[in-house]
Amino acid sequence: MALLIWILQNFWSLLVLSFATLVGLRIAYRFRKYGATRAELSHILRRSPFYLVVLIFCFFAAAPFMIMFLHSFKVDGDLYRRPQPFIYRQDPTLEHLESLFTNTAYLDFIRNSVVVGVAVVIITLILALPAAYALARLTGRWGERAGILMFLVYLVPPTLLFIPMFRIVVMLGLKDSPLALIVVYPSFTVPFSMWLLQGFFKAVPPELEEAALVDGYNRVEAFLRVVLPLSLPGIISTIVFTFTLTLHEFIYALVFITNTSRRTLSVGVPTELILGDVYFWQPLLAAALIIAIPVGFAYNLFLDSLVQGFTMGAVKG
Amino acid sequence: MASASDVLNPRRYFMDDRRFVGVMFLAPALLYILLLVGLPFLLAIAFGFSDVTVGNTELNFIGFDNFVAVWENDIFRQVFGNTVMFTLVSQVFILIFANILAIIFTQEFTGKWFARFIFILPWATPVSLAAIGWLWMFDTKYSPIDYLLLQTGFLGPKGILSNSRNLYWLANPVLSQISVIFVQVWRMTPLATVILMAGLSSIPTDILDQAEVDGSRFMRTLLQIKLPLILPIMVIALLFSMITMFGDMTVVYVLTRGGPVDYTRIIGLYSFQIGIEGGNLAQGAAMALFAFPLLLALALLMLRTASRAEVR
Repeated sequence: MALLIWILQNFWSLLVLSFATLVGLRIAYRFRKYGATRAELSHILRRSPFYLVVLIFCFFAAAPFMIMFLHSFKVDGDLYRRPQPFIYRQDPTLEHLESLFTNTAYLDFIRNSVVVGVAVVIITLILALPAAYALARLTGRWGERAGILMFLVYLVPPTLLFIPMFRIVVMLGLKDSPLALIVVYPSFTVPFSMWLLQGFFKAVPPELEEAALVDGYNRVEAFLRVVLPLSLPGIISTIVFTFTLTLHEFIYALVFITNTSRRTLSVGVPTELILGDVYFWQPLLAAALIIAIPVGFAYNLFLDSLVQGFTMGAVKG
Repeated sequence: MASASDVLNPRRYFMDDRRFVGVMFLAPALLYILLLVGLPFLLAIAFGFSDVTVGNTELNFIGFDNFVAVWENDIFRQVFGNTVMFTLVSQVFILIFANILAIIFTQEFTGKWFARFIFILPWATPVSLAAIGWLWMFDTKYSPIDYLLLQTGFLGPKGILSNSRNLYWLANPVLSQISVIFVQVWRMTPLATVILMAGLSSIPTDILDQAEVDGSRFMRTLLQIKLPLILPIMVIALLFSMITMFGDMTVVYVLTRGGPVDYTRIIGLYSFQIGIEGGNLAQGAAMALFAFPLLLALALLMLRTASRAEVR
């Protein structure tokens, strides 16, 4: 806690200092490795515009997140009465963070999002795993056409479908039920996962399956026992991205669920943490940041695998 | 080895048949999707030609009345114009930034992992939550951006931009449009970058090696080899983010709800406000359908580019 206060109070100087230290260490490292020669110096100078561009982009990308972090811990008086947005004039407080978890439905939102996300991931895997394998290996031309059809379907935006979907959901009595989202979300997660998985399946050498077939496995067994285990990293990254797709979805969640405690994160936070015209800014910003950071980590961890899936899916196999 | 009895075993035979297994594997997903998207899509068209509301469940066919009414609605025309304008303008910026970033991130440099983590955050964060951050950045009274401008003399009594202490980002017609476009560019650039990175990394290394052997410099390799080779993928990235943006209303819902007046209202949001909040399902559906021909054209264009890229 003391550490947090110290970080918050010295946020900007810490940021600049740590960055300068890292740059300094890096230059010192290069000097030790290659010698502090004129050539080395000019190499560093030539590289610096590149790093400057990276720095500028990073600053724009991170700006709202830095402000979210900085402002989540301000007491009202510090945030509103004498606006000095970048430093702390009064001591930071955890009260808003506490009230986010105790006085609001935030935990409900998290729970609902997890329930919907997990259920959608399971449905998506059941449907998309075999379908993607069929597209990658089993079907010829007509499978390709089916794949294109799926892709076109993926491009039909929710804004076109939410009104009739709403009617259907109401008719089925699913309004305000997470089941509505669980049933509807696969309409975009399945095409997306199929596209991605197809790429990973194509990367498995066909000889391995043929060997399994010769050994007496049938097609289905070969798929289950040879192809699936070999594509496990791809399947895990598909799970991660499917889950985050459900986390991102906004329109269906807004239209189908109107009961506060049933809402999911993407809709609950921006609609329920605001009372009329009163914005509870610190909890709001904290609520957004708490979700943003882990998802950001997950994306970064699986990005290479996503790029690989995209690329393999595009290469004709 | 498969023995004679295996061949005669019908179960074994079907399980080995490529076509049979292929159909069985593909059918569930295909049926689920077609049912889940096809049915509402047909219903959307039916709604467009009817007088259905939230209270009245009967579908009475009323011809093109909805479409005529929607098109004669001055607000809708502006909304349609806004949607097209936002999409096109933001694509220009997204494409420029995504190209620069894709080239940066396909190179090795110190601190790459961290830089990539930061730059992916806008895309990884759920849109509605990221928009909250910007809602605060653009706040009428406490905007940190305004504060910076005030300190640097752009705002305030002798300010260059305005005499007041605030710019009122989301209350000013032009600034609100700029804000919305800015946030869209901010959050969509990483996606376009990732698609372009996939394209750049799929360029065969022997081509690049050959270029290096032939003495091609960085800029020349970039302009004459890399960019032409990823052009089809660039078109795909462009169309993909256009379609995504066209069908999205989250950013404007959180930032402005379409205001001030109608300056940031877009089709998705307006059809939500008329169809769900206003209860006029039929007109809401008709509005959404107006965007469909455009979307279909974009999608087909994208597929053509993609298949051409494969043939080469």
